[in-house]
Amino acid sequence: MNNDFDILIIDDEQVVIDSIIKIGQINNYKMDSALDAQIALKKIDINRYSLIICDIMMPGISGFQFITEMQNRNNKTPIVITTGYSTLDNAVKSLYQGAIDYIPKPFTIDEMISVMKRGINYYKLISKIESDPNSVAFVPCPPKYFRLGYSCWVNSGFDGSYLLGATDIYIKTIEDLKEIELMDIGETVHQASVIARFKSSDNTTHQLFSALSGRIIDRNEKLLKNISLLEKDPYFNGWMYRLIPSELDYEMRILTSCSSDRT
Amino acid sequence: MKGFNEIGFYKRISLKLIIAVSITAIVIISVYSYFNITAQSDAMLAEVERHANQLSETVKNSTRYSMLLNQREHIQEIINTIGKDPAIYDVRVLNKEGEIIYSTKEDEIGKMLDKKAESCYACHAENEPLEKLPIKDRSRIYKLDPGSDRIMGIINPIYNERSCWESDCHAHDRNATVLGVLDVSISLAEVDNQMSINQVRVLLLSVVSITALGFIIGFFVKRWIDKPVRELVKATNEVSIGNLNYAINDLSNDEMGYLGESFNKMIKRLDEVRAQLVQSDKMASLGRLAAGVAHEINNPLTGVLTYSSYLLKRTKENPQMQEDLNVIVRETMRSREIVKGLLDFARQSAPKKSLIDVNEILQRAIAVINNQLKYSKINLEKNLDEKLPRITADANQIQQVFLNLFLNAIDAIGPEGGLLKLKTSHLNLSPKGNVHIKNCVCSKNHNLIDNEYKIGGNDSIRIKIKSENNIGFVHLDPVYGSSGHFFGISFDNDKEVSLNCPVCDISLIDKNETCPLCGGPAYKITIPNQGYIEGCASFKDNWQRWEFVDRDGERKFVEIQVSDSGCGIPQENIGKIFEPFFTTKGQKGTGLGLSIVWGIIDNHNGTIKVTSEVGKGTIFSIKLPQ
Repeated sequence: MNNDFDILIIDDEQVVIDSIIKIGQINNYKMDSALDAQIALKKIDINRYSLIICDIMMPGISGFQFITEMQNRNNKTPIVITTGYSTLDNAVKSLYQGAIDYIPKPFTIDEMISVMKRGINYYKLISKIESDPNSVAFVPCPPKYFRLGYSCWVNSGFDGSYLLGATDIYIKTIEDLKEIELMDIGETVHQASVIARFKSSDNTTHQLFSALSGRIIDRNEKLLKNISLLEKDPYFNGWMYRLIPSELDYEMRILTSCSSDRT
Repeated sequence: MKGFNEIGFYKRISLKLIIAVSITAIVIISVYSYFNITAQSDAMLAEVERHANQLSETVKNSTRYSMLLNQREHIQEIINTIGKDPAIYDVRVLNKEGEIIYSTKEDEIGKMLDKKAESCYACHAENEPLEKLPIKDRSRIYKLDPGSDRIMGIINPIYNERSCWESDCHAHDRNATVLGVLDVSISLAEVDNQMSINQVRVLLLSVVSITALGFIIGFFVKRWIDKPVRELVKATNEVSIGNLNYAINDLSNDEMGYLGESFNKMIKRLDEVRAQLVQSDKMASLGRLAAGVAHEINNPLTGVLTYSSYLLKRTKENPQMQEDLNVIVRETMRSREIVKGLLDFARQSAPKKSLIDVNEILQRAIAVINNQLKYSKINLEKNLDEKLPRITADANQIQQVFLNLFLNAIDAIGPEGGLLKLKTSHLNLSPKGNVHIKNCVCSKNHNLIDNEYKIGGNDSIRIKIKSENNIGFVHLDPVYGSSGHFFGISFDNDKEVSLNCPVCDISLIDKNETCPLCGGPAYKITIPNQGYIEGCASFKDNWQRWEFVDRDGERKFVEIQVSDSGCGIPQENIGKIFEPFFTTKGQKGTGLGLSIVWGIIDNHNGTIKVTSEVGKGTIFSIKLPQ
């Protein structure tokens, strides 16, 4: 029996599965669940899913091992990591391992809806691009840029500061971008902490995680006036922050080089 | 390990050294004695020989006239007279044929001597007899038999002269060269005796000097090597059974002293590292615990948050229910923040320390709250020490400390506005008044730290005090050298006071020690891994001694003062502000801010003090060691 589902939830706590299902029902997603990664892998063999939401700490195979196993199977289904052990370290590790997003427990309904929406959109986008690269007007991340997961890019300003912004594919997963909320100059951010909130036309708030830790020394005020800059020119005029990194050497190792995206 | 005394005597350095030096001494003394004795006996023999030669000449000359007159009895008379000297063994005259003509021993007269006899051998050794014999060859030393004394014989040939053959008696042929031999024998008994006395003396000297050398070397080896090595062995044994507070006292100023000093340093460092290890281990397990708790709580919270928010979305037409549900959602969100704080607390278990500039960190923290200060109408006054030394610390954690203090200050100042003052300075401080006793036990290892009663925000040391019939507790100030003690009972400090462990009642008074200021009794409390602290037990004065930290002398500190003109902290709350989950901000705060601050400062072996006056403001003063 071959079924198509929107979301597969893997968590060893039934209450978490029930909660996520409850949230998914708001948008009428078709959902499936598994109490551990072993069962999930069997389900993935049979069914097709657009998005997987996976816990880290589970009996048997952990969330991180599950990501690796999916990569070994060459399964491109996007994975979102969720965990009760909600530290930035786990967030960084999840994104580094290849999860497209990270959502700490306990989450609000809005946070989960945002993650589901972007996850499913992401799957749609990459499926489209894969089947016909010209079907989507998609601007890949320029070479020499780096990115955390697929969402936040960083580029050296060559004066010790670094520019941060959101990738084109991240903006596209939000769909109708309506509002942007930026942090203030002078604030300190950490790698994988929230640096910006976007609101889409359906009033869902989406969070963007920072690619680097550091202090914000400047931000692109133009974005607040003209949000379409983000969609038109996400990598240059659509930059978001200028930042002085605090732990550059260590954190750069976790980022993915965009130069490899174009091959 | 082998006990020091189990090392065999023959294996000890002192014995080896004594043997080596003794052998050297023996060789030197032997060589010296050999040459000395040889030279001495040569000189003595030469003297005897000269004496014998003189004697021989004297005999020859004194008998000459009698010989010419052929007065035989007279000659014999002279010889006999001379032979009476006890040093003279005998005197005899032989003719050319070897017949003894005159002798001091009458029974010899008339005897014929063989050419191989001692007296003849010098000239008759070869077939053709020598006619001239050099003086040095005339003497010979011989023994009559192996047991008897040595004898030196001098032969003096009597040559033919004109007067001899022209004499009336015509006794001699004119052609003969040698007429006979005068043979004087002198006993060497006395000389030999003298020589053996000398040998005994030299032997005695050797024995005495070697013994003396042995004792002297032994004494100094014991003093310079044995004693310090014994101390070192004792110290290593102490360390191997886990006593890392042991220090070698009484160090000499030589290489051994230097070794001892470096040993002390090593042990101290080892102790520090162990303490750090224990501390970080503790923090790590606390962190794991917090993380585990956070993880466990977050799962059910997920359910609560989701379902209540879901209900909230579905009951928009029911305002009463909305209100109640909002409380649930809000409180769940608050729980989420508390758990997040707990996880942040867990994260601080592994500080990433590096050399940091406190001023720079302070500026960074200021940058973060700058806007907020403006909105809150707070003036910032900075007084930063330009020459602040860099300290080893975790930059992020220290920044978090500043941020938490700033945010508290902003809250304390309130919407009316006010003043926030920051001051940094560097200072050298003695351990007194700055080192905080975090752990102390009685001799039976019962914990004396009381986290219920705090002095200056720190857990106090609780001790049972008995004075006459009065029993109560005294809370000691945990800062070394400080005297903010709290006495639960009043007592007469001239009367006898006993201090005991509140758990096992064992006495904490050290009978071997008295307070050097008042001469009264002294208490002694063990600080695990850091020696022990002593103090005046009658509390007449503030004497305290903690050798373990005094050893280091003054240390460099960086001091940071954050003072605000806010509402201040009531006295009854000052002891509680660093406790986790204590908050006066109601639902706004989690009560974790200052406990995190305290944990971070404590992790950096620093101290944090708070002074506050209600309505006037609060000063937080942090000291971080370099």
